[in-house]
Amino acid sequence: MKHFIKKGFKPIDSLNSPDDNHRWTMKQKLLLGLSPGEYFQQFRRNPFNWLLLLIFAVGLPIIVYRYFTGLGGVLHGSYDYPWGLFLGFGLFGMVPLSASGFLLGTAVELFGQTKFKPILKLALLNGLLGYFFAVVFLLVDLGCPWRLYYPMFVSWGTAAVLFLVGWHVATYLSVQILEVSEAFFEWVNWPNAKKYIHSGTIGLTVAGIILSTLHQGALGTLLTYAPGKVHPLWYSQEFMWIFYLCSSVFAGICMVMSVSTIVVKTMAWRCSREFLDNIDSITIGLAKGATMALVTYLVIKLVGITHDNEWSYLATGWGKWFMLEIFLGVVLPIILFCIAIRKNSVGLARFTAFLTVFCLILNRLNTALISFNWNLYQEIPHPLETLISITIFFLFITVYRFILYRLPILYSWKTEPEK
Amino acid sequence: MSGISRRKFLKSTVVAGGSAAAAMSSTKSAFAMKEFDGYPDSMGVLVDFTRCIGCRTCEAACNKEHGLPEPELPFDDFSVFDQTFHEGKQKRRTTDKAYTVVNRYETKGPGGPVYRKIQCNHCNEPACLTSCFVNAYKKTKEGAVIYNPDVCVGCRMCMVACPFSIPAYTYNSALHPEIIKCNFCYDNRLKKGKPPACVEACPQEALTFGHRKTLVKTAHERIRSNPDKYVDHVYGEKEVGGTSWMYLSGVSFDQVGFDTTLQHHPILDNTKSFLSLVPMVLGIWPALFMGFHLLATGGKGKKSESKEEGHGE
Repeated sequence: MKHFIKKGFKPIDSLNSPDDNHRWTMKQKLLLGLSPGEYFQQFRRNPFNWLLLLIFAVGLPIIVYRYFTGLGGVLHGSYDYPWGLFLGFGLFGMVPLSASGFLLGTAVELFGQTKFKPILKLALLNGLLGYFFAVVFLLVDLGCPWRLYYPMFVSWGTAAVLFLVGWHVATYLSVQILEVSEAFFEWVNWPNAKKYIHSGTIGLTVAGIILSTLHQGALGTLLTYAPGKVHPLWYSQEFMWIFYLCSSVFAGICMVMSVSTIVVKTMAWRCSREFLDNIDSITIGLAKGATMALVTYLVIKLVGITHDNEWSYLATGWGKWFMLEIFLGVVLPIILFCIAIRKNSVGLARFTAFLTVFCLILNRLNTALISFNWNLYQEIPHPLETLISITIFFLFITVYRFILYRLPILYSWKTEPEK
Repeated sequence: MSGISRRKFLKSTVVAGGSAAAAMSSTKSAFAMKEFDGYPDSMGVLVDFTRCIGCRTCEAACNKEHGLPEPELPFDDFSVFDQTFHEGKQKRRTTDKAYTVVNRYETKGPGGPVYRKIQCNHCNEPACLTSCFVNAYKKTKEGAVIYNPDVCVGCRMCMVACPFSIPAYTYNSALHPEIIKCNFCYDNRLKKGKPPACVEACPQEALTFGHRKTLVKTAHERIRSNPDKYVDHVYGEKEVGGTSWMYLSGVSFDQVGFDTTLQHHPILDNTKSFLSLVPMVLGIWPALFMGFHLLATGGKGKKSESKEEGHGE
């Protein structure tokens, strides 16, 4: 793509072609304005595409295989570890990283922090795709995925926390589809639909806050069903929900920082001037927000340990692992973010965001998998399970990139000039 | 008021008040009850480890009763007691082919090895049931915890939630995977008042079937009359809110693989503090955040926004 940009090519960003003022066709929009031959050329030139093809060539057949053999073909089929990477990573990890949508929505739409407006659409899309792929992970993990709608329409287990999670993820997914649909309606040129959705922005944002507060917390509460199984250091009957909610705040912020970094480094051609000019100050602004959430999280984690008097566990092997997680994922990011904010170092802030995202996933894996059954035995995920998880994650990246290339997320759509 | 005299009015008020009070007192106990101690006529089984000789007859009877597949080693092969899994960290457990298994524990006591039977304990307030988001489980009034595969989505939350790690799953079924666990022989026996197959088959009377309430008394009576023989604990009387299957042992329960750290209230209680927040968040957040919105933007959010957009384009 950079090759074409150098030659003076301009990807489609408007309703009409600037040269002869004709409407772009859907095919042209999909190919970004390149001819099919040119599009294939740029596709071939990018080594990342070959990596994707390789991963999908290996991974997609394994996913198909899973539906023929049942879960037993790709999991160890353990009765003691009913949940593996699909939920530990796919659900428990992806959902907090997707909190970006409601956080930035709140900041911009509710609190009027227009400073963050250029990144808002990216944050919303990040939220939508994260939830969507959490559901994809679920479809692989459930024994009977074709019954996914059962908790909504067939049989209600209203006392269950998972009932709340299911309903909220479903409703919130719809809310996020509506929020992101504005960009889609611009792209397909349905101005009335866009206007209609836009009129409900505040309502959607408030709905987003409610649903996010509850289901981010509910994910943590799920583990209070297994009090003896999760290691006490990661477990807290009273505070599980607030741990998960609070960590989703910095996780969502750091995820959108990380994604914006990748965007700026690999597809600057797609970003508007406004986005590129503001991204550095936005990154520092987001770092400030993340730091506050991290400090809060550190405090409540300490409260959690004190409340259950778990200090003695810190001296054990599990304690060291716990302290490593807290140091790398909370204390170090606080220090690095503070330095980055003081020195206005965007690079350091970005590195720290990646570190925090990585450690957040580690935290979720620690709670749901690694420290799970700490009294029993450890289980290493099945190789095929790992491959499927990697495949779905790269599917996430592919869809993400496909949308960013096309919809007006990073740039603004130019409509017909009024005559 | 003219038609009703003062006396009549007072009288009718008193009568109405009295009947209301009477109605309230009859329902008061029902409304006041926050704790569920299990169904009054719940049945149960008392397992006495001091009587069990590890003959595995119960395993065989269960297998036959439920038409389960033939095991790899026959039921009279006692080498299964030496089997361990995951580098010796785990003994045999319930699987999708066995609702119940008996394990042998070498203990420090003088009585030699202790045999322990495991199967679903049929909790009074089961974690599998309360954690299930499609209500696939049911606690029957006879005490059995039964499962309905027709609504199960296969999330395996119940396996995570079970404090005794009992439910197994048919992972190898692509089209009809389901949870497999002991159902207290509900359909063919318990419903008709008959004891489950394992109890009936036990040659040692190590398993006693009866009303749970009676069994609690029986258990304490046995401890009282033989204080040297038993440890003073009826496992399952209080654990996770009480279970239909209860245990007596001659050695401390942690020596025979029981989790002695389990809470004495139902697992469901752990989620109540969070779940009680839900209606409050739903009720309070809209007004709270709309208020924040008005404070932050002075109600001019929309206008400034459209201006911003104008600049951007």
